[in-house]
Amino acid sequence: MSMSVIKVQALSKTFGALKAVDQLSFEVEAGQVYGFLGQNGSGKSTTIRMLLSLIHPSEGKIEIFGKSLIGHRSAILEQIGAVIERPDLYPYLTAQEHLTLFAKLRKQKISAAKIEATLSQVGLLARAHDKVQTYSLGMKQRLGIGIALLHDPALIILDEPTNGLDPQGIADIRQLIKSLSKDQGKTVLVSSHLLSEIEQIATHILIIHQGKKMAEGPTSSLLDPNKTIVQIKTLDDQDAKQKLMDSAYRANILERSEGLYLSIPKLDIPGLNTFLVASNIALLSLESKNSLEDYFLQLTSTY
Amino acid sequence: MWPIIQIELFKIYKRPRTYIAFGAIAALILVIQMGLKIDGEAYAAFLMKDINDTLTVDGKVLNGYLICYILLQLLLVHVPLLVALIAADMLSGEANLGTLRLLFTTPYSRTQWVLAKFVAASLYTILLLIWLAFLALFLSMWIFGTDDLFLMKSNYVVLIQEQDVFWRYLGAFVFASFSLLTVAALGFLMSSLANNSIGPIVATISAIVFFTILSTLNIPLFNVVKPYLFTTHMNNWKEFFDIQVNESNDAITGSILNVAKIKNSILVLTVHIGLFVGASIWIMKKKDILS
Repeated sequence: MSMSVIKVQALSKTFGALKAVDQLSFEVEAGQVYGFLGQNGSGKSTTIRMLLSLIHPSEGKIEIFGKSLIGHRSAILEQIGAVIERPDLYPYLTAQEHLTLFAKLRKQKISAAKIEATLSQVGLLARAHDKVQTYSLGMKQRLGIGIALLHDPALIILDEPTNGLDPQGIADIRQLIKSLSKDQGKTVLVSSHLLSEIEQIATHILIIHQGKKMAEGPTSSLLDPNKTIVQIKTLDDQDAKQKLMDSAYRANILERSEGLYLSIPKLDIPGLNTFLVASNIALLSLESKNSLEDYFLQLTSTY
Repeated sequence: MWPIIQIELFKIYKRPRTYIAFGAIAALILVIQMGLKIDGEAYAAFLMKDINDTLTVDGKVLNGYLICYILLQLLLVHVPLLVALIAADMLSGEANLGTLRLLFTTPYSRTQWVLAKFVAASLYTILLLIWLAFLALFLSMWIFGTDDLFLMKSNYVVLIQEQDVFWRYLGAFVFASFSLLTVAALGFLMSSLANNSIGPIVATISAIVFFTILSTLNIPLFNVVKPYLFTTHMNNWKEFFDIQVNESNDAITGSILNVAKIKNSILVLTVHIGLFVGASIWIMKKKDILS
């Protein structure tokens, strides 16, 4: 049985009248790359900040490594490396100085060789002695990741880690996350607005919208071909919908604010096409949408 | 907690803003010393013009000890503003940079971070004071030499023998460290309330000006609170230069006129430091880090 690295139960956070996170529960198991998805303002960063004890929850429980965050904060944070939103660093210090300072904050001794290896891992060895104020956003992001990985944490939390990176940088980070999970057995919680990135690296996904959990599960199940979402465009959607309601496809119709969508097994698409034509529905297009981005947008656009 | 104090000291050492205060103090002192070196005799004559008919002072009036007293009178009013530049930025500057979340996601508690930052700000303040002492006292002693200290107070004069002066300056600088640490603690409190650098600096300076005015005004309503205001006590380093006299009106070497006043001031300032730092810790522990 896998051990829960993160266990969140009925977590809520209220800022005045705004409920930023609403009764959110989820579990992240050891070795998973857990993708955390949501639109801007959906409560992702607030949740991540609560996991890192930067924000005090209004309600709910957080357990990390089997211990309550309240009461075991120090021991828990010793095993976490995190990059939260922007890579904010000290502009008057160099990359080498940043890593040297943050190495001092850990219980275990971090050698100069480890610092150099980390600089190399994030591609900053050549600029190690330049002040951060001369760095590009991407370089700062990589240094932030270097600080997070320096003490070899068991859990890595990355909030928008590919922000500001060029395509090669994004590919490198993607590779790094995969390697951390696959080769080193690390647990990674990663949020990103680049859903295609999450689709490529996450083993599990949580979709959050307006502070509430919308969907959660293994990426393979969320992208299951048996759950292909099909968008039908016709000259008269009302008529088409009525005919579908009167057919065996009634149970497959998805309620959406706009458009006509069905959730059907991929192999049933030709049959659906035949039905639409036979029913004299003036079909404009029939498009299968099985990418995470489509799924995510459709899921969140109905609320 | 030593590692995080080291980190805070290293950051202060590396920040360009740190050196503004050291540079400003050096520039001011050197300019005043140069002016007094060139035109000091005329200045001394001006000081003495009202009492020349009734009192004859032997020796060198404009010596290093008097220069230091003049400098301290001028600078100890303004040094708090320089202290506020650093202390009031210690927490809010990090919030503004976004680095507070880097610090607060380490295994050290918020209380430890706030205390470490206050210790670092205090060491900076004391270093600033040592720098001030070096330039105002030791450099003045070297340039102008030493002699008896002749001070003109509002309605009396004080003459302290040369060998009885130096320890009084040491005492005055130790007292001044309490005054400046109170300012640092106030700046710290303001810093815990904001997420930008400028606001707390301005707020600290404004609070010092506001309470200084309250301390200075002689209105019965304010007289009730005056003894409890830190600004009432900040300038009591001067008490080290009021000396007891015997029946024949001769100064008693090694004496201080009002030791109790100095002790009371140190107590009031210490209580303020404790309250300001305690409040900063409480605020930072409660605060959601959103920056």
